[in-house]
This record gives sequence, structure tokens and C-alpha cells, in this order.
Amino acid sequence: MGAQDIIDTLAGIEPGSTLDAIRARRLQACENAQKSYLALFEPVDAGDFPLAERAAVAAFVTGLHGESPVAAFYRDKLAATADGAPLLDAINAEIERGKTSGPYGAYPAGPLSIENKAGLIYRVSAERKPVLGAKLVAALEHAHLLVFHPRDAAAADMKALLAAGWSTTGIVTLSQLVAFLSFQVRVVSGLRTLAAANA
Amino acid sequence: MSTVNPPVVFTQDELGWVSWIDPLPEAELTERHYAGLVDRARAKSEYFRLLVRDPEVLEARTKTDKDIFYNVADGLPRAERELAAAATSRYNGCIYCASVHARFASTYSKHRDDVQRLLDEGVGADLGERWNAVVKASVALAATPIAFGPDNIAELRRAGLDDAEIVDVINGAAFFNWANRLMLSLGEPSK
Repeated sequence: MGAQDIIDTLAGIEPGSTLDAIRARRLQACENAQKSYLALFEPVDAGDFPLAERAAVAAFVTGLHGESPVAAFYRDKLAATADGAPLLDAINAEIERGKTSGPYGAYPAGPLSIENKAGLIYRVSAERKPVLGAKLVAALEHAHLLVFHPRDAAAADMKALLAAGWSTTGIVTLSQLVAFLSFQVRVVSGLRTLAAANA
Repeated sequence: MSTVNPPVVFTQDELGWVSWIDPLPEAELTERHYAGLVDRARAKSEYFRLLVRDPEVLEARTKTDKDIFYNVADGLPRAERELAAAATSRYNGCIYCASVHARFASTYSKHRDDVQRLLDEGVGADLGERWNAVVKASVALAATPIAFGPDNIAELRRAGLDDAEIVDVINGAAFFNWANRLMLSLGEPSK
């Protein structure tokens, strides 16, 4: 794998190591996890989801998972993105307000209702709404839902994003970004755990 | 939009899926979109015609998915990759994803009743040492904060998995944290 592979970098996988060789057996998956990252964070055309907003949502999502090399990576990315640095303090403060344990949420009424689990319904604090702006506020609230209680998602959540100025295509990219990071942070965590078990 | 009849239990039956926001009409798909769909037949699916609004991301996501689950030249048997997907979906609460991957797990393992117990009883169902280890590892990885740790690795090894097979569990389980969140938040299943 190339030295630039983001998962290898974040998981600390050295070229020529045992795990490097194992990952090479799923080369198409590795290459396309990398292409997913590039398509989300270095898109040919960012459309109506600017790079600073992408980095802000990424720093929030990975930060909600707790401190890790992945969270540090996206925090640094936000700080290094044009128009991103002024958002950093607000994002860090919102991460602290949003941290909880998942997955929780409700099922459609019926036999599964017994498994319903209540949890935090996160809303951005009023004091930070001006610096973040309506569109990013809606994105963070939706991202928190996806990270911690995705089974609570409803059609009304799509309407809230549309009302905040998100386009339908923008909602697809936002959803992919949050969902992709939910994958990436877990692959990195899993590989780090395996590497440590072999050390 | 069609009338939705949402399932209220986890099932191995075939379910439909209805989008809450507008997919691209099939007539508007260009070659760039077909590249994103990877398989042209996916143009018939409402879910993929929604995701193809960002074709580059969909193409990369689809190829990641296919290699993690379909590349069975070595590593973990397909049945257990599907088990990791089904267990993750059961734990996150994605009835649609669980239905698809429970069916695949049943098909490839020939242990349909065990798979059904995972759906009926939840991720604590006793499915034997090897499957229990895969389910437990998938659940630990799906938790936020992530609870996957050295005990999961040790348990998978005691159950007979080597490092390459453990990486397949990690990939399969991690991938469904991606898939579940799309399926749960952009639309809903319908019987």
C-alpha cells in the first residue's frame, strides 16, 4: 500500500509489516476506502458542502468517539482548512456537550419496543449558533443522531436539513461523510488493537 | 411515493426500502452516474439512485463493500463475514440491513435457525464459541465509544481465527456501521 494511505497512517501500519501484508489481500477495499476519503474531503467539486464544513463535521464526528489519532487528524484538518480555524473552538466545545454512549434509540412500536433505550437528544448550544451558522448547526445535530442513535432517524430529520438550506444532494454527501467516518474510525481502532496484541 | 408498511420485528424476509428524499430519476442518469452505480442494474433501486447523487463516493463505497464481502479467495468464510454484518445491524437497530445479511448468513452457513436466534433474541444469543466471538467483536466495535479491545482479539483467536480472518471481521463489522447509518437515516424499510 502507498505511504499516503490514510487508514494505514492513522493505524500506524508500517510497510512490510504482517498487517500490511494482510491488508494487501483486500487491496480493492483498501484502495476504495482511500478513494472514499478523497471523494469526501478532496472532491473534484465540493458543490454546496464547502471543505471547511466537511472538516468541521468530521472533527465533530470523530471527536464524539473519544480521543484518538483519527480525532486528532480531523481536528488538525479543520485547523488547516481555509475558513476552518475559526470554527475549531466551537466544534471542540460542542464535542464535549455531545459526548454520550450509543447506540440507543427507539424501534417502530411493537415487540421490539421493549428494547427501546432513551438517550441524549443533542442540540447545538444557542451561544455557538452564530459562529457555526444555520447550515452547520443542522449538520452537527444530524451527525450526532447518526453517530449515537441512528435508529431514531425519521423523515422529519430530512425536512430539518432541507429547511436549514441543505440540498438533497448535499444531504446525501453529508450522510455519506458521517457514515464513512463511522467506518474509518472503527477500522483504525480494530487494526490498532490487533497490532498491539501482536506487539 | 408508495405506501409504507414498516416491519416491526427483525426478519429474514425480503423487504423493500423507501427513500425520504428524492432519488435521481432513471431518465436523468448519465455515464458518470452509471460509473457510480458500478452495476448498471442498480439503476432500478431507489436507494442507489439516491446515493448516486454523489457518484464518486458511491462508486468507492460500493467497491469497498464488494471486496470486503465477496473476495473469498482467502480469509474468513463468507458466512461469518455476513454474520458480522448481521450482528452489527441487529445491534445498531437496522431492520433492513439485518434482513439482507441474515439471509446471506443463512444461505452460506446453512444454519438458518442460529441466524434467526440472533434476530429474535438479539446479540446475546448463544450461537456457539466461534459465532459468539464474531458477534461479540462486532458489537464491541459498533459501540460508541468503541469498546473493541484485546479481549475480543483473544476470544477470536481461541475460537480459531487467525489474524487475516480477524481483519475480515473488523472490516465486515466496521463497514456495516457505514451501511446501517445510510439505510436508517435516508429512508425506511417496507414489507
